[in-house]
Amino acid sequence: MNALAVIVRSKIGASVAASILALIAVGLVIAAGGYDVAQAGAALWNGAAGSAYAFLSGTLVRATPLIIVGLSVAIAFQAGVLNIGAEGQLLAGAAATTAVGLVVASLPGWVSIPLELGAGMAAGALCAAIAAALKRSFGVLEVISTLMLNFVALYGVSYLVRGPLQEPTHTYPLTPPLAQSARLPMLFPGQQLHVGFVAAVALAVATWWFMRATAGGFRVRIAGAGAAAAASAGRVPVERVLFSTFLWSGAIAGLGAAVQVTGVTYQLFEGISPGYGYTAIAVALLARLDPLAVIVAGIFFGGLEAGGAGMQRDAGVPAGFVNVIEALVILGVLAVDRARALGAAWSRPADTAGTT
Amino acid sequence: MTALALRGITKRFGSTTALDAANLEVREGTLHALLGENGAGKTTLMRLAFGMLKPDAGSIEANGVVRRWRSSADAIAAGIGMVHQHFLLVPAMTVAENVALGDRGFLRRFDPRAAAERVRRIGAETGLMLDPAARVADLPVGAQQRLEIVKALARDARILILDEPTAVLSPSESQELYAWLRSFVAGGRTVVLITHKVREALALADDVTVLRRGRTMLSGATAAVDEAGVIDAMVGSSVASETASRGAAPPGAVVASLVDVSVTDDRGVVRLHGASIDVRAGEIVGVAGVEGAGQRELLRVIAGRIAPGTGTVRLPSRIGFVPEDRLRDALIPAMTLVQNFALKDAGRRRGAMPWADYASRTETAIAAHDVRASGGRSQAGALSGGNQQKFVLARELEGSPAMLVAESPTRGLDIRAAAHVLDALRSARGAGVAVVAYSSDIDEVLSVADRMVVCFNGRLVETPVEAGAVARAIVGLA
Repeated sequence: MNALAVIVRSKIGASVAASILALIAVGLVIAAGGYDVAQAGAALWNGAAGSAYAFLSGTLVRATPLIIVGLSVAIAFQAGVLNIGAEGQLLAGAAATTAVGLVVASLPGWVSIPLELGAGMAAGALCAAIAAALKRSFGVLEVISTLMLNFVALYGVSYLVRGPLQEPTHTYPLTPPLAQSARLPMLFPGQQLHVGFVAAVALAVATWWFMRATAGGFRVRIAGAGAAAAASAGRVPVERVLFSTFLWSGAIAGLGAAVQVTGVTYQLFEGISPGYGYTAIAVALLARLDPLAVIVAGIFFGGLEAGGAGMQRDAGVPAGFVNVIEALVILGVLAVDRARALGAAWSRPADTAGTT
Repeated sequence: MTALALRGITKRFGSTTALDAANLEVREGTLHALLGENGAGKTTLMRLAFGMLKPDAGSIEANGVVRRWRSSADAIAAGIGMVHQHFLLVPAMTVAENVALGDRGFLRRFDPRAAAERVRRIGAETGLMLDPAARVADLPVGAQQRLEIVKALARDARILILDEPTAVLSPSESQELYAWLRSFVAGGRTVVLITHKVREALALADDVTVLRRGRTMLSGATAAVDEAGVIDAMVGSSVASETASRGAAPPGAVVASLVDVSVTDDRGVVRLHGASIDVRAGEIVGVAGVEGAGQRELLRVIAGRIAPGTGTVRLPSRIGFVPEDRLRDALIPAMTLVQNFALKDAGRRRGAMPWADYASRTETAIAAHDVRASGGRSQAGALSGGNQQKFVLARELEGSPAMLVAESPTRGLDIRAAAHVLDALRSARGAGVAVVAYSSDIDEVLSVADRMVVCFNGRLVETPVEAGAVARAIVGLA
């Protein structure tokens, strides 16, 4: 067995290989477009990690919602719930967080911030509950219902920032800013990194522990890996497990939005999410649904987003190329998985192939 | 004249011989019953006649001409139609669309009006009335079966093969179907009826053929055979041999009891009808029955896996269950043995998972039941079928359950693994476990059972532990 095969066989190796290949492929495309690849690469690096400010206030700030929402997707996918409505759930969460944050402006931070985060989680869970109930009652595929609900949430936000939540002068489609007391504290002076990043990492560790070490987490995993066996051999109420997992997934997506609103934007507006809910799917897949790996994948994608802005500013290369990298990473991971599945089928011992 | 003749047909699947020089001769204008136990080769023989399978040896003759079907399309073109036990219909499409589906021609235009007209015309001619615009998914089972027959008739079938058609029907629907089949034959057409119901077959058919283990044991006009002779041909006199000695200890206290339990499936068909049974500690209750006779539901009620529709159930708290489809219902192939071991507590455990404890229990169970695996961390899907089954048994027997329910526990296993599984059932009985075991192989159940219960049409019959009695009860002659 050669070295490449060994690397590809480990899950981490496959994700890393897919990421490197995606970067190389996009480099070739950028070169074909007549840009200076070396300059673009340098600008990407500088934008993402060229300085403490770039890393802390660019990459990690962008990574924070990606990690939290990536966990939301990873949990749902572990259970086999194909929730691709993280975008809608986080928009609902952002709206609820802002609405509550504007109301509790006069309260001290230790009261208002938990209320804001709770509102974001509740709204995200509620948004997911619609799709979960449709699935449970009528068998509506969650892939379709959650995707559709993304648009409902998108236009819901549009309405709110032009209607009930619009700033007092009724000029701009955004809400008034949150009071100082309703904002998350910063981690370092002079940086934009807020405590939400620490919360995201802590949540990832907690999720990892829950999935690995608790009976509840085990039920989520077996409901996804073998629902019939879970119900028959384990007497697990599979439908109930899937339903609650779906709701928790929505709640965590809403939490991601709440952290973004209270830590970065301080107000609600139409473009509040540049597709975090979709990028989070890429984060979860690149992390192989492993909560700890979601931290690394979230930072990687956060770096790409931050670096993409730098690349456009300093090298004149459209930031859209970063989206191409994200897409190629997903395709690369899926392709490697497929190849591994085929490889496993080929190398399976002959006696088991015939008898089962 | 002979409508269909199969001569010296041999068909092997891997190392098993499904048909061994079997013969079947069907006269034109008659209703011919093809009888046999589960696995006797009835369905295989008819699939060969219908061109779905190719024989390894032997000849197929339709309407006096030796034929070599390339596919069932050839058989259909020659006027043969088959109604399978599991319908081949598109549930989301209408009756008319399902009938039109088999029309040849890639670019042929679908004319809904003509298709509906055709369904109505066949209905008027044959009495098989169906609403052409009805969606198949909305039709009751009896109407779906009519549709399967109409599909065959739409292709001008002159020879109609039906595989256990009454398995899904209520008694009155069965009578209706039988009456229709008689009138169909009276019109000069031919019917081959695969069935295990001896009495009904003898009352209905002109001729009978009996298969046993892939061989034709008996063939002739119904008037010339009697019930006892047919049963003997189906079961064989050799298996009447006395079964092995029973467990030494007398059975203990009643561990589980069902009183007047009924189960209705999703489609509203009553699967289990007023079943009552007591299971005692230290005995093996053998269960027999053909597919769909109610044993699947009986075992799941006893194992506590489904709740009965009506009736009273008293079950112990610790029940081991070995389901028939182990890769679906007992194991998660992608997970490790330790995780699969922990699966059995997954529904009721709270808090942290004691993985170290599970790991050592898994190793102990693997060693005790001689499961060939490289340890608890190997994937369940990587084990051979026999080792998977031994692992499932080990898991379900661990922690001394009060009762073990096993459904076809030796299915797909080689002789050595099957023997190990049966030994495990016997030693569980010896340890005082109440055991309930089903197998489609009567000899196998008889080799372990202290008592026998037979399912027929959703009802339970207690029989002596003796092959002839069980075989008669399976076909409804108890």
